[in-house]
Amino acid sequence: MSQISQMKVSDEVAIEINQMNKWYGSFHVLRDIDLTVNRGERIVICGPSGSGKSTLIRCINALEEHQKGTITVDGTLLSSDLKNIDTIRSEVGMCFQHFNLFPHLTILENCTLAPIWVRKTPKKEAEEIAMHFLEKVKIPEQADKYPGQLSGGQQQRVAIARSLCMKPRIMLFDEPTSALDPEMIAEVLDTMIELAEEGMTMLCVTHEMGFARKVANRVIFMDAGQIVEQNEPEQFFENPQSDRTKLFLSQILGH
Amino acid sequence: MSDTNAQSVAFVRNSEIPASPPPLGETGPVKWMRENLFSGWVNSVMTVIAFLLIARFIMGVFPWFWNGVWDASSIKDCRNIMADAGTAGSACFAVLVDRWDHLLFGFKYPATEYWRPTLAFVLLVVCAMPALFAMYLPRKLLIATALYPFVAYWLIWGGSLWVPVVILGLLAVTAAIYLFIEGLSVSLRQAVAGIVGALSGIGLGYLLYLGAQELWFISGNVSAGEGIVSTVAGFVFMIAAIFTYAFFIPMGIFVGYAIYNSYEDGGLVTIVTTLFSLYALMVYGLGPISAAINSVVPIELEAVASRDMGGYMLCMILGTVCVSLSIPLGVVLALGRQSNMPLIKGVCVVFIEFIRGVPLITLLFVANVMLAYFFPPESSIDLILRVIIMITAFSAAYIAEVIRGGLAALPKGQYEAADSLGLNYTQATRLIILPQALKISIPGIVNVAVGLFKDTTLVSVISMFDIVGMIRGPIQQSTDWISIYWEVYLFAAAVFFVVCYSISQYSQWLERQLQTGHR
Repeated sequence: MSQISQMKVSDEVAIEINQMNKWYGSFHVLRDIDLTVNRGERIVICGPSGSGKSTLIRCINALEEHQKGTITVDGTLLSSDLKNIDTIRSEVGMCFQHFNLFPHLTILENCTLAPIWVRKTPKKEAEEIAMHFLEKVKIPEQADKYPGQLSGGQQQRVAIARSLCMKPRIMLFDEPTSALDPEMIAEVLDTMIELAEEGMTMLCVTHEMGFARKVANRVIFMDAGQIVEQNEPEQFFENPQSDRTKLFLSQILGH
Repeated sequence: MSDTNAQSVAFVRNSEIPASPPPLGETGPVKWMRENLFSGWVNSVMTVIAFLLIARFIMGVFPWFWNGVWDASSIKDCRNIMADAGTAGSACFAVLVDRWDHLLFGFKYPATEYWRPTLAFVLLVVCAMPALFAMYLPRKLLIATALYPFVAYWLIWGGSLWVPVVILGLLAVTAAIYLFIEGLSVSLRQAVAGIVGALSGIGLGYLLYLGAQELWFISGNVSAGEGIVSTVAGFVFMIAAIFTYAFFIPMGIFVGYAIYNSYEDGGLVTIVTTLFSLYALMVYGLGPISAAINSVVPIELEAVASRDMGGYMLCMILGTVCVSLSIPLGVVLALGRQSNMPLIKGVCVVFIEFIRGVPLITLLFVANVMLAYFFPPESSIDLILRVIIMITAFSAAYIAEVIRGGLAALPKGQYEAADSLGLNYTQATRLIILPQALKISIPGIVNVAVGLFKDTTLVSVISMFDIVGMIRGPIQQSTDWISIYWEVYLFAAAVFFVVCYSISQYSQWLERQLQTGHR
C-alpha cells in the first residue's frame, strides 16, 4: 500500500504557480503562493478552515480570479482571456464537496454533456466513454437514474466519472468526502486511489489523513493563506517542522 | 435464563395474526363524513348552515338558468316570452345566440370570412401540441408549430399569401447569411463585422439626425403655446441634429473600426450582423418581392384591417402572441439583469423597473394615442401591433422578475460545475441554468400568463372591441339588448375560465413531468 505514494513522478511540469496573491475585497486570502506540480504528482492539501486551501485549487481552474502573480496550467497561462480559461477548464477536472451534479439530467446525460458540447464528441461515442467510466466507478446500473435518486457516495462517484469523461490531465478534489456519511467515504476514496494508481495528477483538499499517507507523494499544509509546510507524507506526519503544523496534527489526529 | 427474559417470553406470539377488515364506520364515506363534517358540535352546526346556504343558492340560480330563453330577437321579446310562460326574471340567453358572431369575431369582421379565424383557432390547438407535449411527440412535428404564426397571420388578416411566404424565405436567407459568416475565417469575419459596424454606425447617425430634425419641427410648432422650455429643447435638438449630421459618417467609420479591433472570435457580432441583414431585407425586400410574385401568381384572401378585429378572437390573438413573445423576452431580460456588463445590466434594470412601475392601462393609452406623436405623421404602425408591443413589454418585465427568482434559487455549485467542465456561457445557460431555473419558475410564469390573458380585455378602454368592449358597446348600447348584464358577462367569464383553467392544469401536469427526484 505504500507503493502508491512511492510511485514515480515525471519531470514534466503540470502546474506552475508563481507568487500568486488573492484578495476577497480587502481580505488577503492567498499570500505569495509558489507551487510547482509535476505530472503524476498526488498532492494533498490540508489546513484549518479558512486557510485558503479550497480557494487555492479553485484558482487553478479559474473558478476564482487571482489578482497578482501567475498560474500556468499545462503550458497555458491563466489570464482573463476567456479562451485560455475554457482551454484550461477542459483539461482540468474538478470534484466538489457537494457533488454539484445536474439534477435535471440523468446520470448518463450528466456524463455525456461536456464531451458532446465542449469536445464535440458524437453522442454515441460519448455514451460509450461515459459507460466506461461509470463502470470504473462501479455504478453502470444507475446510468438512467437521476442524481436525486442516488446516495451521497454514489453521487460523488458519478461526479468523478463526469470529470473523467472529459479525459482531463489534472484532477482537483475540493473536500470530496466532507459531505458524506461515514460509511460512504470509503467507496469514494477507493475510487480516488484507483485513479492515483493510474498516474493521474491530483490535487486534493481533504482531511482524510489515512488517504494522504497512502496515496500522496506530497502533503501541503496551509495556514492564513500561506503554504506553511510541505513534505513527503511520512516526514509530514512523523516529523512536522512548524509549530502550527504540530498543533493542527495533534488536533485532528488526537481523537 | 434471566428474569426479564422469562417475563417477555410470555408475550411472544408464535403464529401470525391474519389481517381482518376494520370495524364498520372506520372506512368509506361514513368515516370521511365523521372526520370532516361532524367532528364536533361546532363543525356539525357549520356543516348544516353551509349546506343550507348552498341549497338556497342553487334553488335561486337553477330556475333562472333552466328557464332561460334561448330564442328571441330582443330583450323585450325575451320578457314577453317569459311573462307568457310565467317565468319572469329568468335568464335571456337569446342574446348569446343573436350576437354569437359578434361576441366571437367583433362586429366588423366580414361575416363570409368567419371560417378563417375559426380555422386559425383549430390549427392553433393542433400546432401547439408538438411544443406543449414535446417529450411525447416526435421533434419533427415542431415544424408545424414554427410555421403556424405565418399561416395564422395569413388566415386572419388575409391579403396576399406571398407576404408570409416571402417573410419565411427572407428568414431562410438570413439563416444562410448567418451560416456564411460563421464559416468565414477569423480575419474575413473581422472585416465583415467592421463594414457592417460602419454601415450601422452611419445609419444610426442618420436616424439620430432625422429624429433631431423631427423633434425640432415638433417643438417649433408647439413652442408658441408652450413657452420657453420647448424652445430651448428644440434649440438643443437642432444643435444635436447639426452635430450628428456633420459627424455621422466619421462616427460610423469609428464604430466599424472599433468593432474591427475588438472583435475576436465571438458570436455576438455575427448575430448582430445577421440581425442587421434581416432588418434590411425585411424593410427593403418584403414589399417589392411579395408584390412582384403576387402579380404573377395571385393567391389572395380578402384583406381585413386590424381595426376590424374584435370579440374573443381579439383576446385570443393578443393573448397568444403576447404570451409567446414575452416568455423569451423575459428570459433575455432576466439574464441581462444578471450580466456582468454594466451597460446590458443597466438597460435591463431600467426597462424592468420602469415598466413595472407603470399601470398597464397607461401603457395602452400610450400605444393608442401618444405613440402617434413620436412618429412622423405618414408612418402609421398598426394599432394591434402597438398594443402587442406594449402588453408584451409589460408582461415580459414581470416574467423577467419571476425568472430572476428561479435563477437566484439555483445553488452556486451548478454554475461552478458547468464552468469547471469547460462549458462556455451560452452552453452553461442553455443546458444547465435555464432548464432548472425555468422549471422552478413555471408557477410564476403561468401566473403572469393567465393574468396577461385576462388583461387583454383592458384594450376595451382604448376603444378596441374585444369581447368586453363588444358587450359594453355594441351589445349593451343597442336598442334590442339594452341593459342586459348577467348573461353576457357570465358568457365572457366562462370563455376566459375555460382557457385559464386549461393553462393552469397544463402547467401542473408539466411540473409533474419535470419532477426528477428531490432537486
